[in-house]
Order: sequence, then structure tokens, then C-alpha cells
Amino acid sequence: MARAIKSVSRRKFLRHSAAATGALVISFWLPMGKGRLAHAQEAPKKAAIHPNAFLRIDKDGTCTVFVKHLEFGQGVTTSLPMIVAEELECDWTKVRAELAPAAPEYAHTMFGMQMTGGSSSVVNSFDQLRTVGAQARTMLVQAAAQQWNAKPAECRAEKGFVAGPGGKRASYGQLAEAAGKLPVPEKVTLKDPKSFQLIGKPTRRLDSAEKVEGRAKFGIDYQRLPNRVHVALVAHAPTFGGAPKSMNADKVKAVPGVTHVIELPRGVAVVATNYWSAKKGRDALVVNWDPGPNAAVSSDALRKQFLDLAKTPGLPAKKAGNPEAIKSAAKTLVAEYEVPFLAHAAMEPLNCTVEVKGENVEMWVGSQFQTVDQQAAAKVMGSKPEQVKLNTMLAGGGFGRRANPASDYIKEAVEIAARAKVPVKTIWTREDDIRGGYYRPMMVHRVEVGLDAQGGIVGWNHAIVGPSIIGGTAFEPMMVKDGIDPTSTEGVADTHYAIPNLSVGLHSVKTGIPVLWWRSVGHSHTAFVMETMIDEIAAAQKKDPVQFRRELLAKNPRMLAVLDLAASKSGWTTPLPKGVARGIAIHESFGSVCAHVAEVSLEGGQPKVRRVVTAFDCGLVVNPLSVEAQLQSAIAFGLGAALYSKITIKDGAAEQSNFHDYRVLRMNEMPRVEVHLVAGGDKPTGVGEPGVPPVAPAVANALFALNGGKRIRTLPMA
Amino acid sequence: MAKFVINEERVEFNAAPDTPLLWALRDWFDLPGTKFGCGMALCGACTVHVNGVATRACVTPVSAVEGKSVTTIEAFKPGRYPVADAVKAAWIEKDVVQCGYCQPGQIMSATALLAKNPKPTDADIDAAMSGNICRCGTYQRVREAIKAAAANLPGRAPAPAKSAPKKA
Repeated sequence: MARAIKSVSRRKFLRHSAAATGALVISFWLPMGKGRLAHAQEAPKKAAIHPNAFLRIDKDGTCTVFVKHLEFGQGVTTSLPMIVAEELECDWTKVRAELAPAAPEYAHTMFGMQMTGGSSSVVNSFDQLRTVGAQARTMLVQAAAQQWNAKPAECRAEKGFVAGPGGKRASYGQLAEAAGKLPVPEKVTLKDPKSFQLIGKPTRRLDSAEKVEGRAKFGIDYQRLPNRVHVALVAHAPTFGGAPKSMNADKVKAVPGVTHVIELPRGVAVVATNYWSAKKGRDALVVNWDPGPNAAVSSDALRKQFLDLAKTPGLPAKKAGNPEAIKSAAKTLVAEYEVPFLAHAAMEPLNCTVEVKGENVEMWVGSQFQTVDQQAAAKVMGSKPEQVKLNTMLAGGGFGRRANPASDYIKEAVEIAARAKVPVKTIWTREDDIRGGYYRPMMVHRVEVGLDAQGGIVGWNHAIVGPSIIGGTAFEPMMVKDGIDPTSTEGVADTHYAIPNLSVGLHSVKTGIPVLWWRSVGHSHTAFVMETMIDEIAAAQKKDPVQFRRELLAKNPRMLAVLDLAASKSGWTTPLPKGVARGIAIHESFGSVCAHVAEVSLEGGQPKVRRVVTAFDCGLVVNPLSVEAQLQSAIAFGLGAALYSKITIKDGAAEQSNFHDYRVLRMNEMPRVEVHLVAGGDKPTGVGEPGVPPVAPAVANALFALNGGKRIRTLPMA
Repeated sequence: MAKFVINEERVEFNAAPDTPLLWALRDWFDLPGTKFGCGMALCGACTVHVNGVATRACVTPVSAVEGKSVTTIEAFKPGRYPVADAVKAAWIEKDVVQCGYCQPGQIMSATALLAKNPKPTDADIDAAMSGNICRCGTYQRVREAIKAAAANLPGRAPAPAKSAPKKA
């Protein structure tokens, strides 16, 4: 079925031919939002009948929801179907989820391209998928009404059936074919949230069985028989920006199973019929490298440079009042904070399978950035984006690494497959991943806070120094204003604390080390700085940290509610056993507010986090069970980084390589987590990331009491 | 040539004997449930059972399993391994999985633990499971699920209402 989805000035609903399958298939197209990328691809003139849609109802009553987002743990293959099912009034036991391929219909409704990030999968899909469910429900009711010569108002949908006058009943499966022939209603009435049955109810994941049985197929599992895809390992230049000059390709080709040795701009690919042969081939590879322009870069030197820069104002990111105000302060607190580069270290190493057929490319990859990656692949081939079929696979984590504006691991895979002329799966080893760059930026903050004689804040001058995530990417023209990358300053420049004379300056430094968003992006360091400094000021004033925050947040009832909930559920004012201390931190990010109270002790001089009590406001909660899981997840992720993880650079290369020296949280280090949700809100806000930022400061604030009053201003702590 | 057993089936492996069991399973025997995570026995994603013992397949060459019996996640079909049935049911009940990539390894470690120790303490769970990294941080629910599975192991009588007298 051909269809045009150009020049869309209003919601335009599309119906697919359903005659062939007897199924009701719905999709619709939303106009791109303000944030549309200049290079967002044009919709193809022809799209496949199926599955470019959000919903299919089969004759047996199965309701399949096509999930436009990447499933990488956050639970979208359950929460997004829940939204459809709520409005559809279907039987939840008949709901299935399928990952949608890359296609324009599946664009993010706020960002205008298909992507997963910014804790926004539920947020941007909520109205869209409620509408899909309501449309289908309306059509099924209408189909039933027509069959029964009744008025639609006399019929109602419930649990996968339409019920009509005189006790008539028909299942969705029975009605699907007739409903599929009706026009898709442009205007539908959505349910009153007060009548929600499924949304808000703890609901188990739809993908548990396949994951506990080892059946779930991740990108790295893509395979075909009998002719298995080849495997490529790439020896990347040991220094960032290095390049191969010469190599011993003949010796590598002699390794059994090795089929190709391919020189790339930034490395050498060894292609073999299987992983182990490719690995042995790569081990035998000797490359004479041009070290490139960054061979002298070290994190020690960067640290000195950043600390020096932090003493100068930088580009203004926020001026609210007079930056000279602190000169009149009775007392000034000055503190310097340092956080390291961090790797994402998702459990599934990066991989991408590519088959090149002439100008066309087919890919199997767990991408967070389908549209960008599709365009990048097309560019490598000199093809058009619609000539690239990107099949989204499950991803074993991502945390931002699979959303790279530079599409590094995608372009590399396409180039290898194109030159090898066989279907190739690139697989990164853990060492490739840890040493491969695209890190959370190393950052330095310098904060000067002026207090008056009564301890009140009179001014706050805040310098932030580090590499820009957005600078130099396709997103720069859209996101960077007046030289300020907002992902460097978020969480400081937009703080909710009533701080007079807040002045924030930014130094964006080019380091040669590739950086990228890492779960919670700038908030991953700004919350640490803000929340430990707030505690420090409270201590200087001899005020209780909760009470002090209440004063500074007096005009923000939402944050106050979260703060109070965390304090009451943690028993903030109750005594603790000797050697155990509490710390609190609260931070808003991705539209949600999260507070953690950490209970910490020292074991052998090292911090041991025993318990974390969390209060969280993410607006309307779609699935409380997955929100709880995401907070447990954020705490584990944030705590591993707060305590242990760091990438250091020496001679232009990362010094760490695997989980022995890039330490992440393990089972024995996991605190007991208790999650309390603030009820309320009529729209969902972010869930995946907001739990990360307050972890490090809550733990640091607890350690202050155990460390004899010594402040922790450098991460990691242990 | 190495001869061994995978999931109760006799197999022969003719490729390089230094091939890690992980890659033999994935690339030759098409059993991709066993996952690659680190290649250095640091993360546990590749955990299988070799003669019933939890083993990191990424550092175990095929030559080392000659004549031995390898069990992977794919062997745990319903009704065949009662401990695995209890573990998988508990995993679903407690809604453990997130991305799911490490979970076959977590389940292989948990089943090996419970087969040996049907009443693990928190310290036992830490000792058996701390080699299995989960970057999604499912640890709390993994712990809850192991305890739930332990309570439902086959042959285990329902817990008495009051503590029963100890028998000598």
C-alpha cells in the first residue's frame, strides 16, 4: 500500500490494508515537534504494509503492540503495551510486544527521530499510544454495532470483548477483520485517568520467560544457518585519534578461519568465520600505528588544566544577580570537585551485524539511535537512508553508549561488511569497550559560596570545566546556545534552590578523548556537587540537612513532598547504630524528583552502603513494579560509579581494560533499597535516569559524619 | 577432537582445542543463551555447569571438558531440572530481569548454589553470586528470587508454623 506522509500539518492517521490477514492494524503519524533535526530523514514514499504500525489485533484475539523504542532493560516492552491496552480495554493476557524496525512512523514525538534516551520512552509515547488504543477500541465497537444493527453508544468494550444490547458479545478477534475495514477515527475520547484499570497497577514484565530461558535474542545473538555470519574484531588504534600505518596482514590471514584483514581509518578489522578465529587473528596482528594528535593526553594533565580554568569565570551559563555579591560575605566556602571519565560498560559488548546487498544494507543491532544510525550507514554506502533496513534487536544495556551521534560502531560495521562482501557481525571485546572512549566526561567544578553573618547565602559562583558532549556533533546547532552545552550545566544552572546571586560559568574543553551521554548525563556530576555543597552549607550553619533543604525549597511543593517522604520513610530523626550514618540528597532530572537517604558504615576503612530509602515523584506512574526496578537499577549503577569506577588516560589511551580495573557494583555491595512513590500527576515524567544523580551525594553526605568531618569532593570515593 | 556432552547429548568438537567453551557453544553448537561479557571470568555472563559445577565458559577451553557433561541454560526445559524450575519460576514471580543479558549466567550460578545448598544465607548468596555482574542492578530481586526458589525447592516440606525441635 502506497501512502504519502509528506507535508503533514496535522495528525494524519493511516490505515493499513487488513484484508490479507484479517487483522486490525493501526498506525498514525504525528507531525514532528519543534526539536526536529534538520537532517531528519524524509518519509519514504512507500512503506511496508506491516509492521509499520503500533498495533495489530489478530483473529485469535492476540493484541500485538509494536514498540518503537529500544528495550534495554527499562521495560518498554511492558510499559508501552500497558498504555495501549488500557485504552483498548483488551485482555492483558493476550497482549504481546514486538520490537518495531526503524521507520519514520516511529519517531520520538518530542525529538522528531527514532531514538531511546532522556528517560522519555513512556513520556513521549503516552498520548500517542493511548490514542492508538482508543482508536482501535472505537473501531471495534463500531464494527460490533454495525453487525448488530445497534448504535455504538449501546455497545461497550471490556476485556477483549464488545458487549451490546440484548446480551450480545463478540471478541476482538472476531471483530478485527470488520474493524480493519473501517476508517480510523481522527478524534477519539480518551479514558478518564481515574478509571484506569491497568495503568498504575504493578504489572510483571512480558519478556521474563524468554529471558530466563535464554531464548531472548540480543544483537550479539543474531545468527543464520547454514551459512553463519562472519565475525569481525577490530584492533582500534591504541591512542584516541591514532591510525594504522602498516601491518602484518599476511601472518594474520594465515590464522585458520581468518578470511579478511581490512584496514580502516582508525583501526584494522580481522574477519573470520567465527569469533575465536577472529580473536586469534587479531592477537597475531602487529600494526605500526600513527599515534595521532592525542598521544600526549593524560588525565593528570587535564586535571591540572581544568582546575586552573575553574578559577576563571568561563562563558556565562546563568547570571541571576550579582556575581560580585560574595565579596561582601562574612564567610566564604570554596570547594573544588572532580569526577572522572566513565565507561558505560553495558553487559552486552557492542556489536552490529551488517549485510550489504548492492546499494542496500540490512542491519541487526540494539541501537538507541535508529534514525541517526540508519543515516550514518547510508552515508558510508553512498545510499539513501531508506535503503538501509535497521532491525532493532534487544540490547544488553546501553546507558547512552548505543546512542552515539557519531555512530562509531555502526559505521565501522558497515564499512567492514561492504569491503568483506559477506554478512559480518562486529563484536567488541570488553577491552575494546572499556578502552573505546565515548565516556562520561571528566569534569571539574569550583564553587564559591558567600554566607552572611547569620549563615544565609548571599551569593554562589560556580565554574564548570570539562569536555562538551554536544559540541562537534550534529546536535550542536540545535542544542548549544551562546557556547553553552546545557548537558554540562543542567542541575546547576536550573537548580530549584532559592540561591541569591547564582552565577554559573562554563569552560568547554576539547581534550581529544571522545565523550558521550552516560545515564543521567550532566546530572551525573552536577547533583554530586550541588547536594554535597548544600550539606556543607547546612553544616556551616549548624542546621539539619533536611531542614536546611526545606528552607531553600519552600516555594517548590513538589520537591518538598519528595524530601519529606524520604525523611519520614528513612526515619531521618531516629538514632542509628554506632558506626552507621545517614546522608540525604535530592535532585530533579528528566522531569522527575528523586531523593535518596543512604545509610553507610565503614568496613576496613571502605564505605559500605547498607540501605537506601528512596522517595520518587515521576508524575503519573504507568507500572510501579518497573519504576521500583529502575530505581534499584539507578542506585546500583550510580553507586558503582560513586564508589569504584574511573577511567584514567595516559599517553592518549585509557589505562583500564576490563572489570578487574574498571570496577562496577557487585551483589555483595548492593544495599537494601526501599522505594516510595509520591502519588499524583496526570502525565508521566522520566524514570530510567533520575535515580542516578542523588546516589553519590547521599553517600558522600553520610560519609562526612564517619570521616571525622572530612568532605568528599572527588569521585570515586573508595 | 574433543568428545563431551552438552545438555545430555554427546558431541564432538573438531575445531581448535583451545577454543573457549563459550564460543564453541555459541558459534558451533548454536546455543547462544550462554553470553559473552568479559572473556576473563570476571562477570559471570558465560556461566554454565560442567559436571554440575558452575564454570565460566569464556576461560574454559574445549579441551578441558573432554569427557565431561556441560549444561547450559537451554537445557532447563520445564520439568527436567526441578531446581531450575523453581529458580525460573521465582525469577518470573519476582520480576527480576531487566535487559536480561546477564540473567542466564545469574540463573546458572543460582541453580548451582541451590543444588548444593538448599537453604542459603545472605552470605552464601553473596559468595555464590558476586561473580555475576548485572549492570542493570537486579541484585536485590536476584536475592529475593533465590530465597523464594529455596522455599519452593522440590521435596521441601512447607515451613512449619513454629520452629520444629532439632533432631540429633
